Amino acid sequence: MSTIEIQHEAGYTGYVSEEHHHDYAGDTLLGFWIYIMSDCILFATLFATYAVLSGSFAGGLTPADLFDLNFVAVETGLLLFSSFTFGMAMLGAQQKNMTQLLLWLGITFALGGGFLSMELYEFYHFSHEGAGPTSSAYWSAFYALVGTHGLHVFAGMFWMVILVIHILKDGITAENHTRLSCLSLFWHFLDIIWICVFSMVYLMGVM
Amino acid sequence: MATQTHGGAAHGSVKEYIWGLVWSIVLTAIPFALVMSGSLSNGLTLAIILLCAVAQVFVQLVFFLHMNGDSDQMWNTTSGVFIVLIVAIVVLGSIWIMQHLNHNMLMGH
Amino acid sequence: MANSATIVTNPDPIWGKLTLDSIPFHDPIILTTALVVIMVGGGVFGAIMYYGKLRYLWDEWLTSVDHKKIGIMYIIAAFIMLIRGFSDALLMRSQQALAVSESSGVGYLPPEHYDQIFTAHGVIMIFFVAMPLIVGLMNLVVPLQIGARDVAFPFLNSLSFWLFVVGAMLVNASLVVGEFAATGWLAYPPLSGLEYSPWVGVDYWLWALQISGVGTLLSGVNFFVTIIRMRAPGMSLMKMPVFTWTSLCANVLIILAFPILTVTITLLTLDRYIGTNFFTNELGGNQMMYVNLIWAWGHPEVYILILPAFGIFSEVTATFSRKRLFGYTSLVWATACIMFLSFIVWLHHFFTMGAGASVNAFFGIATMVISIPTGVKIFNWLFTMYKGRVTFDSPMWWTCAFLITFTIGGMTGVMLAIPAANFVLHNSLFLVAHFHNVIIGGALFGYFAGLTYWFPKATGFKLNETLGKWSAALWTIGFFLAFMPLYVLGFMGMTRRLNYYDNPVWNHWLLVAGVGALVILVAICVQFYQIFASIRDRKQNLDVTGDPWGGRTLEWATSSPPPFYNFARTPQVVDRDQFQYMKDHDLAFKQPADYSRIHMPKNTWAGIVIAVLSGIMGFAMVWHVWWLAIVSTLAMFGSFIVYTFQKNKDYYVEVDEVKAIENAYYARLKQTSKSDTQGEETETEPGVPLSMPA
Repeated sequence: MSTIEIQHEAGYTGYVSEEHHHDYAGDTLLGFWIYIMSDCILFATLFATYAVLSGSFAGGLTPADLFDLNFVAVETGLLLFSSFTFGMAMLGAQQKNMTQLLLWLGITFALGGGFLSMELYEFYHFSHEGAGPTSSAYWSAFYALVGTHGLHVFAGMFWMVILVIHILKDGITAENHTRLSCLSLFWHFLDIIWICVFSMVYLMGVM
Repeated sequence: MATQTHGGAAHGSVKEYIWGLVWSIVLTAIPFALVMSGSLSNGLTLAIILLCAVAQVFVQLVFFLHMNGDSDQMWNTTSGVFIVLIVAIVVLGSIWIMQHLNHNMLMGH
Repeated sequence: MANSATIVTNPDPIWGKLTLDSIPFHDPIILTTALVVIMVGGGVFGAIMYYGKLRYLWDEWLTSVDHKKIGIMYIIAAFIMLIRGFSDALLMRSQQALAVSESSGVGYLPPEHYDQIFTAHGVIMIFFVAMPLIVGLMNLVVPLQIGARDVAFPFLNSLSFWLFVVGAMLVNASLVVGEFAATGWLAYPPLSGLEYSPWVGVDYWLWALQISGVGTLLSGVNFFVTIIRMRAPGMSLMKMPVFTWTSLCANVLIILAFPILTVTITLLTLDRYIGTNFFTNELGGNQMMYVNLIWAWGHPEVYILILPAFGIFSEVTATFSRKRLFGYTSLVWATACIMFLSFIVWLHHFFTMGAGASVNAFFGIATMVISIPTGVKIFNWLFTMYKGRVTFDSPMWWTCAFLITFTIGGMTGVMLAIPAANFVLHNSLFLVAHFHNVIIGGALFGYFAGLTYWFPKATGFKLNETLGKWSAALWTIGFFLAFMPLYVLGFMGMTRRLNYYDNPVWNHWLLVAGVGALVILVAICVQFYQIFASIRDRKQNLDVTGDPWGGRTLEWATSSPPPFYNFARTPQVVDRDQFQYMKDHDLAFKQPADYSRIHMPKNTWAGIVIAVLSGIMGFAMVWHVWWLAIVSTLAMFGSFIVYTFQKNKDYYVEVDEVKAIENAYYARLKQTSKSDTQGEETETEPGVPLSMPA
């Protein structure tokens, strides 16, 4: 009862005069963005763990013994280039060009697959040399951080396959376009995480 | 998040993506080359690695994720800035605390 | 309960670590509990089948995406878990009252059982009572307060709820099959590591928290987007009701903090399952990192619990003082400050772990600073009551009890924040008294105030007022009797988690605390009887207008219980206390001239199915039944993918249906306002010359 002054216009009933359509795609995109933000915290925790355990070799192998920067440079190149190709796929989707979309998505998938294979090979190689996830706290942290990124890449590729089935079934509908936008966000985000990984883990690891 | 179907103006273009790619390659090549050649002091190399990483994150945000100061992206930008702050608190705070604890509890390596 | 003989170190390919020995047939307490649970559960299920209500249950509740129904289910589940958590509390209080010395006996609970009880008590009360109560209230109220028809992602909301239920079920399963963690509620390693906790207790803890934690995170994202994007037109951020504001901040904290929990317990899981060395004693592992990370989540978590309670008190105080909330802007900013500050205080949980002076000083000061915005709020509520026409309905009883109790708890918190004092008080009963003081006297009293306040909105009838006041009074007396002695015992040097002590001086105080627990038991019984009696006498307490208390915000602008679409017409907001504004300008309780069709989500099987599969996965992981874990994980992802291919997830409610529902409501409204004058009470208010400047 404090505000007796009138703040409304004539004809105001307390309700909207006309119901308008809600932008559900916008909800999904903001929601996915917020999920990505929480994923940032997830990686931040892993980075913090890695940083804290970065000297805990327990007398075992150190990253300088094993890291091969040429190898990592190729891995990085694959992922960076896949970010670009995903962008091209998005352009295809915006122009409703199915061929362009599927072609560039295919290339992105192949690049992601290449990256993942190289990472798995690296894990196998390190473990074989005596630096497995159980070898020391440092290597536990290394596998947890790099492996979680790899798991995200795998999830992205899996999602890509499902989404292509959706697109082949229904075409580039508004719903599928929203899904594609979310996946694009996810994929670029993984690239950003990888920038932090190669800088903090690989480059600083051999310095 | 300008890739939404309805914002209109914020779609990417081929030119934008190519620029993004070129910048990414440059900003990746510099730190790799520096570390591999070992031509600079450790401190300087470290600074340049961090600088290039931060720059490249921005390149990705601007060229690939099309982030800008538009008002329809207000929540994305605000939440992004806030997350960076919290990430810094969690990572740097943990490192600071754990340094103290390790030092005083003789958890030396 | 497990003696080492039952520990299977070599899992069977089909049954994993599960054997008949896993069920503690030799323990009478557990066996009786299990039998009672099975009989009650069987009885309920039998009744459902007998009355043929299974279909109704599945269609209307289990698969429902209606935020109001999900909210009600959260609250029912929370009360069921409260029985379990409070039984644990009674066991602990009685054990400590008895186990005083060799001569008078060592109580009746052996250490390994007692350790599981205090662990289960903490885990259940925080994760499976407090969290569902507050998430349930948010579900019930937030969409109504912002004039929305549901949350942004109704399917995810259903999934979140069922993931929480599955987590709770895993904790309960541990009572009968195997054991629960005996590590304290946060399971610090190395005690929670494989070496010192070799059997399945910690694994139950890990999977219960992991699964329900994912659900909570999804809830956080869901409510954040709902509040940001689904507010009624005209409701700017600074016109949002305070409960919505505090919920927004709590959900931001969920989004920021829960990933830390996810990672931390995943790393502990890796340590236990594949032998990594994050927190082990050897090969460079660092247990202190676990403590650091778990509290980086844990501190924001307590603010997730308390902030929405602050919002409830704000709504209640304004409504029952019949005036605008005093200092809305300062309260909103205080909430935002607390939200941020809660991220830079986590070290105060381990001042004594060896940080140097600079670290301890920083976190000590930050902790003390957080009491300033909290103090601001206390004054907001006091000044709202000042010169208001305060009516002491039962929500106000909870609020007044809160103001006194919480202020004491806050002050002992500031004492603990002084690092030097903390070295004396850490891990003592003083600490136990402090956090119960703020969680019971702060958060829980808030939830009870909110439950009483919004109960008529959810059900269409009020709770019995007399019984409500009795339970508030008994809870408060019981609380002071149970926990003030613990402050004293803390000063006397008694540490927490003792199942036996030999200092007879402590015993008097523990007896008083035991009596306090019994008073709380009576209070809880009164609450259950209150619910029963109110349902029985619902005809006398009917809320026909939808506005039983003279509310100020939008949730009161629709009928009680609201139609499934909440609002037939979307509100157009012009004022912070929108419904009060409508009443002041004679706009409330007026039927709109026409309606348009309403877009609504359809119910879905996916939430409950995916969650149950995740529960099977969790159980299989606990018992190392690998094949089942793999199968259920694949089924989980499979059903999600199937769900994404499903069409027709939404539909339109046609105008005729809306009109029929709304006509019935306005007809009832007309009838009551004719037959008694009570319904008009709220509408006469503009004439009262008791206005405060905004």
